[in-house]
Amino acid sequence: MKLHIPNSAFLGNIEPFISSFDLSDQEKLEITSNEKWISVHPMVLSMLLSLGLSVGKKNVSFGELKAKSRPYLERMGLFKELGVDSGISIVEHEPSGRFIPLSRISDSEELTHFISEMVPLLHTDAEHSEPIKYVISELVRNVFEHSESSHGAIICAQFYKKSNRIAIGVADAGIGIKESIDVSHNPKNDMEAIRLALTPGVTGKTSRSGGTEFNAGAGLFFIKSIAKVNRDFFVMYSGSSLYKLLKTPQNKKIKLFPDPFSDRCTKREHLPYWKGTVVGMDISLDQHQDFDHLLDLIRNVYFEDIKKRKKEKIWRPRFV
Amino acid sequence: MNVVKILEKTGSFAENKDVARDIRQKEILPILEQGKTVTLDFVGVESTTQSFIHALISDILRKKGPGILERLLFKNCNETVQKLIKIVVVYMQETK
Repeated sequence: MKLHIPNSAFLGNIEPFISSFDLSDQEKLEITSNEKWISVHPMVLSMLLSLGLSVGKKNVSFGELKAKSRPYLERMGLFKELGVDSGISIVEHEPSGRFIPLSRISDSEELTHFISEMVPLLHTDAEHSEPIKYVISELVRNVFEHSESSHGAIICAQFYKKSNRIAIGVADAGIGIKESIDVSHNPKNDMEAIRLALTPGVTGKTSRSGGTEFNAGAGLFFIKSIAKVNRDFFVMYSGSSLYKLLKTPQNKKIKLFPDPFSDRCTKREHLPYWKGTVVGMDISLDQHQDFDHLLDLIRNVYFEDIKKRKKEKIWRPRFV
Repeated sequence: MNVVKILEKTGSFAENKDVARDIRQKEILPILEQGKTVTLDFVGVESTTQSFIHALISDILRKKGPGILERLLFKNCNETVQKLIKIVVVYMQETK
């Protein structure tokens, strides 16, 4: 496989980076990069590490890194995690408030620990950290429960001071959404599988609406909704398909849809085949909407019609 | 009074679904099976996830019906936790 780290690859322009993958030789990974400057979304770094671990550290090679910004890759832990001596010496900065380096999370206990360790690094107040913790918990647990990835979930995040935004990337090299969801549904292709995965009430664990005792089939819908309410990008790439929720313009009222294709989005098919699933997401802190407000919106879109359809009493929880 | 304190098992961010399942199976259900009332006390829990609440209570609602909410009570829930519980409760009635 050959992969080129471009000058720029963020969620708004991620497609050229993905389209450029050469997946012809699955036994090794050759990474090259832009000679002048590298500036990439954490999703890209998570993908790089995930691919590297899949082929085996000894089968990863880097072309000469010339970009001035190459220490960034060192700082984010890419070379360390891949066991490569980059020859780059950096002055270690305290990551607090700026980034979460590449991390591999393999089980539930590790995730709980990771989240508790991560919060101080984000240096945000409780209100801002809430959706971030939520997103990471749900995305990583999805990897554990659905991906069958032997390397667990690969995650990293970056805070961009100028745009006051946190970018998160989570990747796995598991079975991918289509194979996972094929057990209980029958999507005709990867894009339909992504569509189902983002639809509330659908889970790969059962064909029954509402999910199982352990999986509601609502986690990804919540996450996409967080991005939508905050007018941010959300990208999901699995198999040969990529779904991208586009930013909602400021002059448009936010409306959540159960069907992700009803959102303002782009859909790309016939891309190089990613064996597994990758999610990229931005959370703009300037645009940040109160998490409780998001829950109100979700409840409205999610369940409003129950009143229309149900004639019997709707039971409500009792708070004492 | 049968009170299950969530914080001591989950920390302030209740997100571990394995823990939720354990609480349901080992603590909540045995009390309900005796015909008694159980109160889930969320004091100190600052936030949670829909998945955690689902793993905690959905199977109870599905198997025993929503009427069980007469004996399954929630205490010291902040606004976020309350909203997530409400979402899961309504969701389970929609999809039963």
